Amino acid sequence: MAETISPRHSLLVRVTHWLTVLSFLVLLVTGVEILISHPRFYWGETGNVNMRPLFTIPIPSSRSSVPTGYGYVLPDQNGWSRYLHFQSAWIVVGTGLLYVAFGFFGGHFRRNLLPARSDLSPERLGISIAQHLRFERPSAKEAWSYNVLQRLTYLVVIFLCFPLIIWTGLAMSPAFESLAPATVLGGHQSARTIHFFVTGFLVVFLLIHVLMVVLAGFRNRMRAMISGRVTEPQEQV
Amino acid sequence: MNKLSRRQIITAGLAATAGVSGLAVAAKLAGRYGLIPPDSGGIYGPGETLTYAAQRVLTRHTLAREFSQSLISKDPFANPVDPLGEEFQRFQSMAFVDWRLVVDGMIARPASFSVAELKSFPARTQITMIGCEEGWTYIAEWTGVPLSHILELVGTLPQARYVVYRSIQPETWDSIDMAEALHPQTLVSYGMNGGELPVPFGGPLRMRVPRQLGYKNVKYITRLTITDNLKQFGKGLGSGALGAEDGYAWYAGI
Repeated sequence: MAETISPRHSLLVRVTHWLTVLSFLVLLVTGVEILISHPRFYWGETGNVNMRPLFTIPIPSSRSSVPTGYGYVLPDQNGWSRYLHFQSAWIVVGTGLLYVAFGFFGGHFRRNLLPARSDLSPERLGISIAQHLRFERPSAKEAWSYNVLQRLTYLVVIFLCFPLIIWTGLAMSPAFESLAPATVLGGHQSARTIHFFVTGFLVVFLLIHVLMVVLAGFRNRMRAMISGRVTEPQEQV
Repeated sequence: MNKLSRRQIITAGLAATAGVSGLAVAAKLAGRYGLIPPDSGGIYGPGETLTYAAQRVLTRHTLAREFSQSLISKDPFANPVDPLGEEFQRFQSMAFVDWRLVVDGMIARPASFSVAELKSFPARTQITMIGCEEGWTYIAEWTGVPLSHILELVGTLPQARYVVYRSIQPETWDSIDMAEALHPQTLVSYGMNGGELPVPFGGPLRMRVPRQLGYKNVKYITRLTITDNLKQFGKGLGSGALGAEDGYAWYAGI
């Protein structure tokens, strides 16, 4: 029997999922390292220690020229952090392009992520939100399909957050900026600030995503994303 | 799981061979068209090479944004430098009249220019942004001689591939490829916001490369060396103590 059941997640989805997890974590760590060299944010084109920031992150800095209120300076880790940040960004971009191409041409988006029209009615959405707020365990059939809130969240992450974080990242590159000016994003410093907020949103997404996996049954959901197998019977797919 | 069929093994073998030879051809082509940076070795080499090659293909001729007067920063930030030595202070006390920019290497006519001579050449003034790899920026109006004009004046040989520039500060040097060196906005700058270039901002002479980050914009430059190979400079990574030898990428367009 086992061989006739198709995997919960296709091989391509599983591979691109874990590549993205790994690259995102590396981007997060190296991004924080780079942020430490100037933990101040601005809006517009310009921003430096002689200017009033939009807000600051209350952490020590790896540069003595940044006033932080701490009496010490952290070691400079920007060299390797920047190399690794961009290398991981390439992996995310390559993986993302592969995934999106598969999503469109392989039917993954239409089949698994596009919410059914009936699920988008206010009362159905309300029911789904209430189920989530009550931390209700999903039914067995949900092991084989995403619920409507899941679908909407994944679509926002895939088609809004990732393109925006890549674009704002590139907008900070002086060479790329000569090709596609950061003016549309509100300026160079605005792009940097948006980059920071999208990172924050993705970290919150990651935490809730992992929490949901735990609540829905950690072993089963992890197995589904690693080997593709699910123990619940495949009822109505 | 099925056992691998003969057809699958042959297909996989052919695909692997095609992939490996494809990569080899790509590497050869990239080398010929100057798409491999000097710091392409090591674990960060693949990402660095992709970044440099992609940006060279996409942005070889694009212009850095130029801004209106109203956007010039009122409080530009001069990143602190190591203490300037006695030699520099001697030049400074004489208002830099004896400061020279020596040009050597793969050129027909080795030369040495005073600041006054550089000021007599056709000048370019542009309001551009300078951004530090740390994340901060300011906008200023810069005046200087396009590096391309100097390279033409000294008769740069066709096989030249890089321009190495040195600061009066020890171990401080960097280099750019010819695409960046011949770019119209790359200046040997001597003026800022309508006046002389102040010492904290790199006066009397600063290399101004607006399409790369601040650390490529070396202050207090005294010498340009035109070369076809960066291996003979320092550790061969293309820049000195403030760049690749301190772990920073040679190409700083990102």
